[in-house]
Amino acid sequence: MNLRMTFATTARVLDQLRHDHRSVALIMVVPALLLTAVYYLFENETLPPGFPRTFDRVGLMMLAIFPFVVMFLVTSITMLRERTSGTLERLLTTPIHKADLLFGYAIAFSIMAALQSLVATAVAYWIFNLDIKGSPGFVVMIAVINAVLGVALGLLCSAFARTEFQAVQFMPVVVVPQILLCGLFVAREQMNDVLEAISGVLPLTFSVDALQEIAGNVDATETLWQDTLVMGGIVVGVLVLASLTLRRQTS
Amino acid sequence: MSEAAIEATGLHISRGRTRILRGLDFAVASGRITGLLGPSGSGKTTLMRGIVGVQRITRGSISVLGRQAGSAPLRHDVGYVTQGASVYSDLSVEANVKYFGAMHKASATDVAESIAAVGLESFAKQKAGNLSGGEFSRLSLACALVAHPKLLVLDEPTVGLDPVLRAELWERFVDMAAGGTTLLVSSHVMEEASHCSSLLLLRDGLLLAQLTPAELAERGRSNDLERAFLNMIKDAERGPDSGHPAKKSQVAS
Repeated sequence: MNLRMTFATTARVLDQLRHDHRSVALIMVVPALLLTAVYYLFENETLPPGFPRTFDRVGLMMLAIFPFVVMFLVTSITMLRERTSGTLERLLTTPIHKADLLFGYAIAFSIMAALQSLVATAVAYWIFNLDIKGSPGFVVMIAVINAVLGVALGLLCSAFARTEFQAVQFMPVVVVPQILLCGLFVAREQMNDVLEAISGVLPLTFSVDALQEIAGNVDATETLWQDTLVMGGIVVGVLVLASLTLRRQTS
Repeated sequence: MSEAAIEATGLHISRGRTRILRGLDFAVASGRITGLLGPSGSGKTTLMRGIVGVQRITRGSISVLGRQAGSAPLRHDVGYVTQGASVYSDLSVEANVKYFGAMHKASATDVAESIAAVGLESFAKQKAGNLSGGEFSRLSLACALVAHPKLLVLDEPTVGLDPVLRAELWERFVDMAAGGTTLLVSSHVMEEASHCSSLLLLRDGLLLAQLTPAELAERGRSNDLERAFLNMIKDAERGPDSGHPAKKSQVAS
């Protein structure tokens, strides 16, 4: 691992994104717009007094799910391009270490994800008065970890796609089940045993759990840190797997 | 002649079930331009990929600058320019060269010099994707030059270039060789062979001959090197009188 090469990669990936105004706009604006839609979707719900708004639960989870989905897509396509354009093979003939490349990518997209979740969280708090007990800083933290998770899974999945079309098909396979089972639609305790067991090993579940901890407690709880740790472990594990798909030699 | 920059012994490379290279032995002199010539499908690219270390070798060995091909210390010293230009089309010319340069601690001067060396100074701030085909492949070359490699492996660098640019590029290669760089350049345009000090003639995964352009003209009985190459192939198919691995009957099996 060499920091100069890692940061050169980060700068290069951000430079590539900078030239792509439309993608930057999509990354920054779309989550905030969808959040707006979610807000108005539940605008007319009638609640018993003292009962939390659905938006406070669903909107909060959306803040963590958006960066995951967006970064998964952006990364898997970018990395696939790197593989098919020959630049990856060329890079691997230079002294760059695989970790420099992967972490370079992860850092670049984490910066984008942090900006994205800052915008979305600001909108949720200041415009729609998202009402949770914990600090918004923790929400952004979980959102960024989720984004890095998306990056790691995207890097890994790009190895199994030959075309951009195939890469996009990985979304229903990798991303949608996690969204279905993470506890957003049905609380995990109400799932049948099989689904609950599957849910228990999917990374997104831990972030939803973490967000619920943030929503319900003023200070950071032990469960929050546990969830964070588990997600961090999963991210590192997936990045290691992804590095195994980068081969300097083909047979 | 100084020591060999590349040495292949009993080199076999198969991809999947296809045997692409079937027993090559040769040495490439350092500080010279060596041409790798042969029809398309003869195994030129596979051989070059083996030399830069991205292609696994099935049998035999390649040593590059005294080390096993592909070993880590060589990554600073070997430059590889692939046939299709492998650069980032959504980055500027300068950003591309700077990024590849960062892998070799290249300075801003190195970056500017490599861009100038391929005549792209006035395009430095332009997006690579907006360059013409010839400019695009010269950018790919600049990304290799920035590392100041001791060995530069170029896969069909002049494809799609107009005659003026082709001549300029060959002048550049000759200058580099004079400065001590070893160049291995593949081409299927036989007239380019005259720029090389030594030629490797590849056909069907076998080395037909290693010779100088003058020897090629003589053995192929023509000053037109393309005709000379064709004559050599014909002779090789006919019988053992003209060349060295002239065993076409084995090739067919």
